Amino acid sequence: METKVLNTNNLPFCKGCGHHGISQNTAKAIENMGLNILDVIFVTDIGCHGIIDKSLNAHTVHGLHGRSVALGAGVSMGLPENKKVIVFIGDGGATIGLQHILEAARLNVNLTVIIHNNFLYGMTGGQLSGLTPKGFNTVITPNGSPFGEHDICELVYTAGANYVSRVIGIGDFSETIQKALETPGFSLIEVMEICPSYGVKFNPKRKLQEIVEAANKPIKTWTNNRAPFSFPERKTVNNLFDKTPVIEKLNVEKNLTKQIQVVLSGSAGEGVQLAATILCKAAVKHGYNITQKGTYPVTVGVGFSVAEINISPNEIYFHGLSNPEYMIITSQDGYEYSKKTIQTLNKDALLFIDQSLPTPDTNAHIITMDFRGKGAKNAVLSALFSFAKKTNIISTETLKSILSEMNMLEKFPLAEIEKELA
Amino acid sequence: MNTIQKEVILDDSRVIMEALAQAGADTYIGYPITPSNAMYLYASIRYKYMLPAPDEISTLQYMSGMAATGHLPVTATSFPGFALMVESINMAYMMELPMIIILTQRLGPATGTATAGAQGDIALLRGMISGGHPIPVVCPATIEDCWDLSAKALQMAVDLRCPVIILSSKERANTNRNFDISKLPPIKPIERKYYQSNEPFIPYKYNDTLVPDFLPVSNNQHQVRLTASTHDQKGIIQHTSDEAMKNTIRLEKKVNQYIDTHNDYNHINNHADTLVVSYGITANAAEEAVLTLNNQGKKIDLLIVKTLLPIASKINDIIHSYKKVVFAEDNINGQYAKIIFGDRLPNHVSFVGAIGKMLSPKEIIEGGKF
Repeated sequence: METKVLNTNNLPFCKGCGHHGISQNTAKAIENMGLNILDVIFVTDIGCHGIIDKSLNAHTVHGLHGRSVALGAGVSMGLPENKKVIVFIGDGGATIGLQHILEAARLNVNLTVIIHNNFLYGMTGGQLSGLTPKGFNTVITPNGSPFGEHDICELVYTAGANYVSRVIGIGDFSETIQKALETPGFSLIEVMEICPSYGVKFNPKRKLQEIVEAANKPIKTWTNNRAPFSFPERKTVNNLFDKTPVIEKLNVEKNLTKQIQVVLSGSAGEGVQLAATILCKAAVKHGYNITQKGTYPVTVGVGFSVAEINISPNEIYFHGLSNPEYMIITSQDGYEYSKKTIQTLNKDALLFIDQSLPTPDTNAHIITMDFRGKGAKNAVLSALFSFAKKTNIISTETLKSILSEMNMLEKFPLAEIEKELA
Repeated sequence: MNTIQKEVILDDSRVIMEALAQAGADTYIGYPITPSNAMYLYASIRYKYMLPAPDEISTLQYMSGMAATGHLPVTATSFPGFALMVESINMAYMMELPMIIILTQRLGPATGTATAGAQGDIALLRGMISGGHPIPVVCPATIEDCWDLSAKALQMAVDLRCPVIILSSKERANTNRNFDISKLPPIKPIERKYYQSNEPFIPYKYNDTLVPDFLPVSNNQHQVRLTASTHDQKGIIQHTSDEAMKNTIRLEKKVNQYIDTHNDYNHINNHADTLVVSYGITANAAEEAVLTLNNQGKKIDLLIVKTLLPIASKINDIIHSYKKVVFAEDNINGQYAKIIFGDRLPNHVSFVGAIGKMLSPKEIIEGGKF
């Protein structure tokens, strides 16, 4: 017989299986609440319970083993509050997806999870799960499971769920399901069952009630009163390009006729990447094309920090490092990292190196100066002024104007540097 | 179109995220894995719905749920995260849910080097759907590509009801370059068409496009069934019934059929006998290599493949029409070459690769033996 929720009373479960009761009680709760059946979305996991889909008149989404709570959470996040998302999952799925359940509880997603806990994986032959009580016999532990089990209700309650209840899966527990559905935020019901195929077979003399008591799993309800999930409020922009400043080009002649590479090599936290950005802006102002990339160890804030820059009057295709024309080395970290590249520099290359560092073995022309003397954070920038002065690829005036635009002039020892370069 | 020049410095990550947002992607869910973390950051200020997920399995599951309700979700990841997503991408593929996954390649195996580039995930992408079904992969090689291909990828995801992968690499996603953004025309948001008839909705019934009409689970007119298991047109689980097998075969056909009419590539054709094939970051080096060779008087053609997988008939036709073919890829095994020509490359096909660094034009010129 077809009802509002179920399209048949011939459910696809073994005789005596508690899954019948869960389906019927859920259907009763939905009917009692007077919900429109197409305002209900069932998300089912892998396991015997998951084949209920075809018997339901609601929307159904049938996903992967253990992931249905995360999938259901996604469905719920995409829907208005009047929709009801119900996840059916077994104790095996709950074990696999334990983190998804805790996360959904933590986020307090509008979702009702009903765990069909029959203490084992039914579909695969009766193996134990993380919710199998200690001492319960399964196909691979015929003398009783030696492991302890999760108290899923306590875990979920602690994680912040608004309504948690454990029930024995016999008789009418539709009111508990209704309460869960009516509670805003995350709710979970653990329904205790015994699998008529494998549970009874391996534990022939035990009764469900006794197993639950022996496992010290109280039949009770836990509640919190937290605000349900909503997407975090943030400051957003209408267009990501609004955040990228437009660079006005100067009406100057380009001194560069071919693509060059500049490497800035220093230490993390000493403004290497910022200096690279300033150099690139200057180059673009002068009408060149640029590429800029940073290289650093996986850790943040320590070790080397290297910027590789290409500057070209023409289109840049390959932007990888081959044999740089210019290198700026301002710290020991940078020196160590770039040692090999320094050794292979051509004799036409220019190497700007801080006076505190060893004189490197290279064919390049070396310019040694006291960059770090201007403060470690100003070392690379100071070297850029020397670079500008020596190469004329960009002008020191352009560097100055960019520092001014970026409100960096105040803290920068410009007068001292200009004096040295004069 | 704005003709006033607007020169800015930006990276591919920014362009991809903006293009997808303009095309109608409204949701970003993800985990900030290197080197996709810039995209995560951009999404946090651009996307209407943005949620940090605890891991990549949750990411794909949240995205699938959002997609089932009619949203267009995006995530960005790299191999370690992508590997976790594979089963869930299979799920979304089987359920037929549109979404975008940006895979920013980095050096493997395993966690490898998070901050080094690579093109090492192509073989995985070719075989990641159980059954060998194709999943669409687009691979931008320029900023213009990031703009056009990202919008097309989202359209493809919607048209095909299928996850689509945008393949990048650390060396493009995290490299800044100057660009005149006035060259990027505004992108028209995708118009989604939902099933509208009063006739009963059969969720996996299809027509000539082989793509079933979509209805979100939020509608209250028709029942919607979505499933990751083998199913008939009604979305009811089957073992291997004829109808279910037809449906499973359809999933393969719908992608191949679409890609044969919707594909992008750049063929620099001087009617030479030799072709260099490349994609993504390596295409930049390959283009420089081919220009250099042509300037030296050596006639060499170039094919930059942008719709990388499945391989469109036209792309296969071009590659198979040359007497000599050289593949340039940032990996050590010629993954794309082997997808096209098989594990033992024929004598007329060769491969130049690199690991832990970008393949340079010089290496392509020397390794290609032109």
